[in-house]
Amino acid sequence: MSAKEYRTASSARGGLLTVANVPNIAFGDRVHIRDQQGNTRNGQVIRSSDEEVLIQVFEGTSELDLESTWVRFLDEPVEIALSPEILGRIFNGLGEPRDYRPPIVSSLRRSISAAAFNPAARTYPKEFIQTGISTIDGLNSLVRGQKLPIFSASGLPHNRLAAQIVRQAKLPDDDSRFSVVFAAMGVSYADARFFQEEFASSGVLGNVVMFVNMADDPPVERLTLPRMALTAAEYLAFDLDRHVLVVMTDMTHYAEALREVATAKGDVPARKGYPGYLYSDLAEIYERSGRIKDRHGSITLVPVLSMPSDDITHPIPDLTGYITEGQIVLSRELHNQGIYPPVHISPSLSRLMKDGIGKDFTREDHPHVSNQLYALYARALETRNLASIIGADELSTRDRRYLEFADAFESRFVRQSEDEDRSIEETLNLAWDLLSTFPPQALTRVNETEIAKYHRQSV
Amino acid sequence: MNTTSNKKGKIKDINGPIVTIELPGVQNGEQVRIGSLGLYGEVISLEGNEALAQIYESTEMVRPGEPVEGLGHPLSVELGPGLIGGIFDGVQRPLEAMFLKAGDQIPRGLSPLPLDRDKVWHFVPSENLEPNMPIINGAVLGRVQETETVEHRILVPPNISGQLIELAPEGDYHLEESIGQVRDQQGEIHHLKLYHRWPVRRPRPYQSRDNGVEPLITGQRILDTFFPLLKGSKCAVPGPFGAGKTVVQHQVARWANADIVIYVGCGERGNELVDVLDSFPKLKDPYTGRPLMDRTLLIANTSNMPVVAREASIYVGITIAEYYRDQGYDVVMLADSTSRWAEALREVSGRLGQMPVEEGYPAYLASRLAAFYERAGRVDTMDSGKGSVTLIGAVSPPGGDFSEPVTSHTKEIIQTFWALSKELADARHYPAIDWVDSFSADVSTAAEWWHENIDREWEKRRSQALGMLARDAELSRIVNLVGPEALSSAQRWVLEGAALIKEGVLQQSALDPVDTFSSPEKQFMLLDLILSVYDAGADLIELGVPVQELSEMSVLARLRRCKELYDSNQTDQLKAFREEALNDFKEIHSEYAQRGEQPA
Repeated sequence: MSAKEYRTASSARGGLLTVANVPNIAFGDRVHIRDQQGNTRNGQVIRSSDEEVLIQVFEGTSELDLESTWVRFLDEPVEIALSPEILGRIFNGLGEPRDYRPPIVSSLRRSISAAAFNPAARTYPKEFIQTGISTIDGLNSLVRGQKLPIFSASGLPHNRLAAQIVRQAKLPDDDSRFSVVFAAMGVSYADARFFQEEFASSGVLGNVVMFVNMADDPPVERLTLPRMALTAAEYLAFDLDRHVLVVMTDMTHYAEALREVATAKGDVPARKGYPGYLYSDLAEIYERSGRIKDRHGSITLVPVLSMPSDDITHPIPDLTGYITEGQIVLSRELHNQGIYPPVHISPSLSRLMKDGIGKDFTREDHPHVSNQLYALYARALETRNLASIIGADELSTRDRRYLEFADAFESRFVRQSEDEDRSIEETLNLAWDLLSTFPPQALTRVNETEIAKYHRQSV
Repeated sequence: MNTTSNKKGKIKDINGPIVTIELPGVQNGEQVRIGSLGLYGEVISLEGNEALAQIYESTEMVRPGEPVEGLGHPLSVELGPGLIGGIFDGVQRPLEAMFLKAGDQIPRGLSPLPLDRDKVWHFVPSENLEPNMPIINGAVLGRVQETETVEHRILVPPNISGQLIELAPEGDYHLEESIGQVRDQQGEIHHLKLYHRWPVRRPRPYQSRDNGVEPLITGQRILDTFFPLLKGSKCAVPGPFGAGKTVVQHQVARWANADIVIYVGCGERGNELVDVLDSFPKLKDPYTGRPLMDRTLLIANTSNMPVVAREASIYVGITIAEYYRDQGYDVVMLADSTSRWAEALREVSGRLGQMPVEEGYPAYLASRLAAFYERAGRVDTMDSGKGSVTLIGAVSPPGGDFSEPVTSHTKEIIQTFWALSKELADARHYPAIDWVDSFSADVSTAAEWWHENIDREWEKRRSQALGMLARDAELSRIVNLVGPEALSSAQRWVLEGAALIKEGVLQQSALDPVDTFSSPEKQFMLLDLILSVYDAGADLIELGVPVQELSEMSVLARLRRCKELYDSNQTDQLKAFREEALNDFKEIHSEYAQRGEQPA
């Protein structure tokens, strides 16, 4: 079927253009819109009947008029061209190069809205990835194929942490092929440059595909960008057998773009003006990570999002947390104390950790040590609260020990430098240094064998 | 199915999953296939010659003018042997078969039959049946061994009764072969097969409903001992993300003393279902010793699968649950999560332009929820057996706020409420079930069972423990204001006792091979042991023993670990430890009693 062209635009508002009397246009079809000046804009059909077709225009409808606008229906879904050449390249949200190099020429083109993976085709992620960061490796371990977001807030060092993960992430005793897909939505030039320089200086640039939408680029492109990036990631992982780490920043800008478009379409808002389908929409993105039976590659997803007003119950972090397999939460309080990385462990969690650690994976004491640190820190934070009310002097000796533990935990275990790459062995030994400030009978989450083996007082 | 008589029409308008079709004569609720790919959907409203259909698959690249076909029946499921051990999507498509046939991703328009037609089942007819006998709907025609654990009873479909004309002899049959004939009152003859179909939105009939009489034993101490759920009852598990809803559901699916477990992953994570698929065949049912997968069935509509099929998935699950109930089984259905189902309702209602009431949800949210939960129950089946469906729905309140519409409407309907708490989860107190917010309306019925089967003291001990936990919360507030020094010794011993209950009874590790399951006997022994120790300590404090001395007793550390040191069969060792522990207290007692007798 040849592409059809129409000049029957009947309304334009926000990013939406309506075209009248256009029969048989496919839902989801890609559209080119030519304006008065002869410039082409991109769009996609989001509702179609014979009488009227509704188009989402990526660059917006500003300066379009209804008389002279030509609309051309391409009769294809939004696609991305794929070949090994995508490595080392930079694209925008439509898959067009933004590095002044020629477009990818390939006969392999895939729709960016892939069908869902069959749950029966998945394999359970179990391989521990060492990030060299104690709060992640020791307490919220990442495994290959997991989706583990970083919940951050404005002014916190989430980009530095994400870059450190990219630099240091490895499987112990494994040097298989590794790639990074980086998706940036609505980021500042400074942030985009930071990542580019990071990738260049750590020598991974040739293994990175970047998809970048700047803060001043069209917001609608933020909706296609993560899907472009994940289609590329799926190609690298499941066609080229690579282990792909996908870093996405900032999902909050993505959700805001979705809200902008939904509002223009007149969708019924659910919470804080976000559409009711925000959950399903985010899930379409996050659930594209994982491992597939009989495929060698994997997709590990680390989305970064900033919590508006530091509020973890805001719809974006909230719905994300319900979909992802845990979350790493950054804390302004720790950051203000000068602690990097400011990972607040209490609300942080890795759901896939249980099957990726312990005997045969990391070390046999790992699960219990992690649990014990969590329990002690929770108690220690309570004690710290108490001390702030009644004064530290009023505390019992037992309680003072908790207070000291909280300080030591934050300054020795949580804090590490940006180029400090701790092995899991080092992380666990450090944990026992801290645990050993307690008598063995106060440690109820680790077992007697582990105490005998690792507790400093029983050696 | 007779395809020639199916109604034909065409597509008028596509708005995501909601498609307007022109299909004269189509019924509301009828199944349709649309477009050249033949995508499946369901009519949800009629307006003149046009109808609105919700489509279970993505409508990308579907165009107006493409053909539409009405299938003449509402969304139905196939009910027969071959269900158990399987994994199906939200409209009962077999996912394993689709994976083998079509690869990693779920293609559109593909619709393999839910039950395997090539498989042969060994059918044994019921002995009490003979030709020419009258036969009612729901009667057991015969039996098929479905898995090692499950004997599948072949039922006369609910809409057929009359006179049994013929019953097949014992032998091997395919699903499509006739195993009997029934002539109904109108004289029409029905050929019965090993399976039949039933519309998912219509509850299956039963003779009468019954009140629950015995608790569902889950092996989880805080659930069984503190907030019991009766077989045939309904329960909600609300909690913010990360509080452990899924682990609680998985634990119940693993260890509940049910005959059949149906796990509906409704809008949740793909990897969680894979976890069940991977781990259940390796785990043993604690009651039969057989692989857990032999009694389990999964319905999977993961969060990235089309939203309309998510709405259907819980009805598919509950209908299959009712089918096994009708065979006389105790069925547990877990729906994770009903919030995602409600959101699917909201999404469709939003697309239809219906007036939203609370947070965008349609006005019929409460009535739909109530009607769904009402399908749980303990019944006298048509065949005069007893069967039950216990329904446990996870709820995912946005921001962990229990006052939101789905949680608050659900709370009005259910009997048992297992509220998960973020604070407990953050402190890694698992299962993070809050003993203040949770409730069970069935404690007195459960008590009868516990008193008869385990121990007469059950209800007393349970109340004592809950009382101590409440007292603990009160005293902790005082400590937080003025410090621990303000408390008396007796009060500080209450704090110590409550901590023992929390660590020794309430906390239970799903990952520890011993602690993961606690038999009712072990549950009661642990609780009774800890309370006995507390009581003994309280006596000593009256004698003037400093609370410090008691808190530092080495036996307490051991007491906290009892749950993982002794498995459910080691009750003798647990008894021995009890003697030992109480002896330590007796020694101190006699020491102080002697001192008291001596003049100062």
